[in-house]
Amino acid sequence: MANDKKTQELDQVIVRFSGDSGDGMQLAGNIFSTISATVGNDICTFPDYPADIRAPQGVLTGVSGFQVHIGADKVLTPGDKCDILVAMNPAALKTQHKYCKPTGAIIIDTDSFTEKDLQKAEFKTDNPIEELGITCEVVPCPITSMCQETLKESGLDNKSIVRCKNMLALGLVCWLFDRDLSLAENMLRAKFAKKPEIAEANIKVLHAGYNMGHNTHASISHTYSIESKGEKAKGKYMDINGNKATAYGLIAAAEKAGMRLFLGSYPITPATDILHELAKHKSLGVVTMQAEDEIAGCASAVGAAYAGALACTSTSGPGICLKSEAINLAVITELPLVIIDVQRGGPSTGLPTKSEQTDLLQALYGRNGESPIPVIAASSPTNCFDAAFNACKIAVEHMTPVILLTDAFIANGSAAWKLPDIAEYPAIVPPYVTPDMREGWSPYKRNPENDVRYWAVPGTEGFAHRIGGLEKSAATGAISNDPDNHHNMVEKRAEKVAKIANYIPKLQVEGDSNADLLIVGFGGTYGHLCEAMQAMNKEGKRVALAHFNYINPLPSNTAEILGRYKKIVVAEQNTGQFAAYLRTKFEGIKLHQYNEVKGQPFAVANLVEAFTKILED
Amino acid sequence: MSEYTVQDYKFGQPRWCPGCGDHSFLGALHKAMSEIGIAPHNIAVISGIGCSSRLPYYMNTYGFHTIHGRAAAIATGAKIANPDLTIWQISGDGDGLAIGGNHFIHAVRRNIDLNMILLNNRIYGLTKGQYSPTSARGFVSKSSPYGTVEDPFRPAELCFGARGRFFARCVATDMAAAVGCLKAAAQHKGASVVEVLQNCVIFNNGTYDSIYTKEGRSKNAIYLEHGKPMIFGENREYGLMQEGFGLKVVKIGENGVSEQDILVHDAHCKDTTLHLKLALMEGPDFPVALGVIRDVEDVTYNDAVHAQVEEVKEQKKYHSFAELLETNETWEIK
Repeated sequence: MANDKKTQELDQVIVRFSGDSGDGMQLAGNIFSTISATVGNDICTFPDYPADIRAPQGVLTGVSGFQVHIGADKVLTPGDKCDILVAMNPAALKTQHKYCKPTGAIIIDTDSFTEKDLQKAEFKTDNPIEELGITCEVVPCPITSMCQETLKESGLDNKSIVRCKNMLALGLVCWLFDRDLSLAENMLRAKFAKKPEIAEANIKVLHAGYNMGHNTHASISHTYSIESKGEKAKGKYMDINGNKATAYGLIAAAEKAGMRLFLGSYPITPATDILHELAKHKSLGVVTMQAEDEIAGCASAVGAAYAGALACTSTSGPGICLKSEAINLAVITELPLVIIDVQRGGPSTGLPTKSEQTDLLQALYGRNGESPIPVIAASSPTNCFDAAFNACKIAVEHMTPVILLTDAFIANGSAAWKLPDIAEYPAIVPPYVTPDMREGWSPYKRNPENDVRYWAVPGTEGFAHRIGGLEKSAATGAISNDPDNHHNMVEKRAEKVAKIANYIPKLQVEGDSNADLLIVGFGGTYGHLCEAMQAMNKEGKRVALAHFNYINPLPSNTAEILGRYKKIVVAEQNTGQFAAYLRTKFEGIKLHQYNEVKGQPFAVANLVEAFTKILED
Repeated sequence: MSEYTVQDYKFGQPRWCPGCGDHSFLGALHKAMSEIGIAPHNIAVISGIGCSSRLPYYMNTYGFHTIHGRAAAIATGAKIANPDLTIWQISGDGDGLAIGGNHFIHAVRRNIDLNMILLNNRIYGLTKGQYSPTSARGFVSKSSPYGTVEDPFRPAELCFGARGRFFARCVATDMAAAVGCLKAAAQHKGASVVEVLQNCVIFNNGTYDSIYTKEGRSKNAIYLEHGKPMIFGENREYGLMQEGFGLKVVKIGENGVSEQDILVHDAHCKDTTLHLKLALMEGPDFPVALGVIRDVEDVTYNDAVHAQVEEVKEQKKYHSFAELLETNETWEIK
């Protein structure tokens, strides 16, 4: 009986839903994380989905996972390994069981463990648990048949009925964690607003799952509760993923700058959701263009920037390759442009749905000629908002293309986000020409303070001028092959970007102020590095973290900070690109490296182990 | 009457080779602009790379000399961002149809309101004489010393294949007709393609010899005009008639053919069949068609983009970032 079960109070719990890519695991996971956030828990999620849209049913390559970390207090990552794993079929069990803690429990759908299912998942015996050597608790549940039983009088066909089985699993997990179903009901009604009969069927199955748990058909040893602790800032919150937060940052910046937002883009995983999101918001005057190719996505944005828009282009690594020539046109013509690179596994098509930080050097240097570009990296799903906003501010106010690096992990991962008050964000002021500048004006006359040229947008009377990809005279703006002029222009473009350091925040160090080891990272690994640092501090180890959002230029106090520590380890999801960059900036600096290029997020436990070794060596 | 003169659009000293067709075309463009009368600061001239793409530097308008092949895509973004600008996109045959072929067909397909000028000299000039995608099969050049083994694009065919609504053709040195084509292109709302046939004195001299002089055109070309019969010849003695699915040249007054039997040009006809046949005519059996071959009104991409924005503004209740935030499912920590 449910009453006999122990209720274990937890500070945090990690749940992973897994099944076929068509099984609705992402939806189940999303609903569970949102209702947990709504009751005041902190959340961090990670969808881990395959590149195939619909792989053949039941095969190993078609498994889709969704992991959510729920905490009474602040959580920074989706967690390494889960406490509860839902495996809807043998393929999910086989590929996902390694993500379950030895103390955790695995819920399996016994209806999908027939001989045929086991064959599809390439099991050799009829006992998958033993074959995989699983030692943690396995909870067998007849998920599919319970779903069919629940909906047998619904009038729906069998295919539609079986499609609801993800809600049975969700209901069961909701019972396990004592979650209120009414919130899930609201979400389902909103999602299936146009198909109310489907919404009601899903809700019915959701309750059936909850009751199945309650009526002890689920023979699990205990249930859990996660109370909300910690002081959360008062206000309204929403669940947001990195791509949506990026899109929101662009919208907010355009509004602040009083400019039309233009996105030229071409569909590419994992960046496409930025295009999807912005395409929705025409009521804010946003214009999106799905171009004929990556090149045109960037070229149209350069054209839009030329004509006075806040112009952006969104893509992933392969798209950056194609856009680099058009980006360079914005470099030499000094036009504002925001290029968003949602990094994925490479080279070439690589691992389209997986996450890496392998485009850093491409962003910094991957163009012909001396081509300095500000590079910013977002550190979490919610930080994508600020990063995108700041990228726009720098692009517009410093008349330069800016590359914003995010990655598949933070782009698809989500977290609770306090709705920002845009009034509290800084103004964005484009350096437009004013009528008094007409006399003797030329396009490359600069503001001596920041070396930024003044912007005469076509349509402005009295400032007709010609710019282009050919080098121009600093004085007149005419084509110039003069050797000294070119040298001077190369330097000016570099100085302009270097001076942005005066306008960005200083580098902050978190953790032990007298640390023996400084962990250095950039971009989407922040959560894992911070958790590793905190875990080591708890063990009494003296470590600190310096995490970079601004890569080029680096914050002005970088040298001073790095100089303070005896040992520094740069941890990144590539073979050492940021470490190599820092070595070029700070000659002779000694850096340890921790590198992983697996397409998967770091595991905190591995980081702690590696950093401890460096600390103790 | 326009308040502007040719001088108002001129800038700098062109640096093309003496005798290059680009000089004549530039003069025609200055003249057309002065007659159209749009203020220079409301015009942007956007080009790619190549000899002809230097043209923006000789315009007293806003000018953007971009990168190879991308002028159409860049111009598309500029037009969407500011539909009030009049945009002239200048490309050569290499820029527009080789490296920029994809952008050319998509700009035409979308019907973005650009005046797309294709300066066709059938050669790469700036890289010193390689065959282009409009060079005839067998053409001998530095990169095809034994002649090319590929067929060329015929720009009109490509334009109509991409659903082009406007196509005109002129010879660079034929000032009056060129000005007429450019003005018609500017008048037309949507992607207006003007193919300018021009000679390259250095690397492809004589490529349009049969129609490059007034005398040559009177024999070997026909000026098409909407609503007018298709008559040509030194003494206007020839005409075009339909024969089966094709066209034939007839002599007026012979075999009982009178002026009434000659086809009348309908540039506004939606169907492209006859426009294509006219555009593909070539010597020695047929005259080369010059003038506005096709001019069909249709919805432009930029109008449709902005109309949709206005429509959605009416439909949706959120019009600021703060209001957008409120459309999400939220919860409150008190």
